[in-house]
Amino acid sequence: MHAFEYQHAETIEGAAEFLTQDNKAQLLAGGMTLLPALKSSLVAPTALIDLKGLIELKGACVDGDALVIGALTTHVEVAESEVINSAIPALTRLAANIGDAQVRNRGTLGGSLASNDPSADYPAAVLGLEAVIRTNRRDIPAAEFFTGKFETALQTDEIILAVRFPIPEQAAYVKFPNPASHFAIVGVMVVRDARGPRIAVTGASACVFRARELEDALRTDFNEHALDGLKFHREDLIDDLYATAEYRAHLVMAMARRAVAMASTRG
Amino acid sequence: MAQEIEFNLNGEQITCAVEPPTLLVDLLRDRFGLAGIHVACETSRCGSCVIHIDGRSVKSCIILAVEVDGCSVMTIEGLADGERLHPLQTAFGDCGGRQCGFCTPGMVMSALDLLQHNRDPDESEIREWMEGNICHCMGYHNIVGAVQAAASELQADTEV
Repeated sequence: MHAFEYQHAETIEGAAEFLTQDNKAQLLAGGMTLLPALKSSLVAPTALIDLKGLIELKGACVDGDALVIGALTTHVEVAESEVINSAIPALTRLAANIGDAQVRNRGTLGGSLASNDPSADYPAAVLGLEAVIRTNRRDIPAAEFFTGKFETALQTDEIILAVRFPIPEQAAYVKFPNPASHFAIVGVMVVRDARGPRIAVTGASACVFRARELEDALRTDFNEHALDGLKFHREDLIDDLYATAEYRAHLVMAMARRAVAMASTRG
Repeated sequence: MAQEIEFNLNGEQITCAVEPPTLLVDLLRDRFGLAGIHVACETSRCGSCVIHIDGRSVKSCIILAVEVDGCSVMTIEGLADGERLHPLQTAFGDCGGRQCGFCTPGMVMSALDLLQHNRDPDESEIREWMEGNICHCMGYHNIVGAVQAAASELQADTEV
């Protein structure tokens, strides 16, 4: 690995200041995306600023009609949280199936979102639930946050503090995992609330997206059979050694049906 | 520039200087001679290098040594109580869960994390939990049996 400096962040302001002064510095949370990238020289930061000591960025609470989860909350902490499971059980199930146990022990919500891996699970939940990403500078709606493959709306000196998830009436996330990595070959988040049904898809394309035509089909009848006979089509589906674009299109429908069925029965 | 870190390693308080790019697995093997932490894939897939940080299993090939400053680290070398092996170590031997032995330390440390958080896992829970550990002998059946046997043994211990 190339040489870099390493610092513990003492405060959020201090970490932001460091990023302002050195735009090649990078934030480190759980490191489950960053460390493999560092080891294979995909990234070459001048410095790493470790956020793990900022315990104020950990934990979850219900605030009015929303669930707020701190950016440094690990996947295992989400999976085991009573607060989260009572408010949005789809999130605890999602977190319990990310990667393997060792990734879940270390990886964080904020880290996953900032990386925006095309096959990551959390982006589907954040986009589907129309969550808001709170940073040290502003609130970013999910629809504006995910801008492309490994790209987000975050500025270089911006730090995710927490994510605010509006609590839905029903939601479920179902994925078809890569059997080795457990990344989603296709993952579908289905949400139903007063604003109507929403479907967000991860893994299928370079960036998480909403499947509006499937949402339309569910608007009058929120039932898996409302999707019968529909075929999913999109130009930019990933076509690689794990799955062809055609197979991914099929998986979008299959996962969507399962997610609708699960949301209907389990909330 | 080397940085000084302090951490607890298998019950002993350690202070040492490390360069930031040093991986935890390299520090523990090369500086402290803890060769029970095995290195195979070096891509965080295989689980041979699993250790515990603050009571949770992690893959030491994708953690920087500087990250454990202030933490408590336990490796397979810290598991036995003197000459007395931990029930998981005994069960891997008794149940034929060791095969060639290369994946065993990582398997044991992963299973320890499971049993510390779920005293009585069923077979599917064990198989799901151990997803991050690969056995190239493909001896998973006996490994799952060993974890079940250790779980029973540990429960019997606490009931006495």
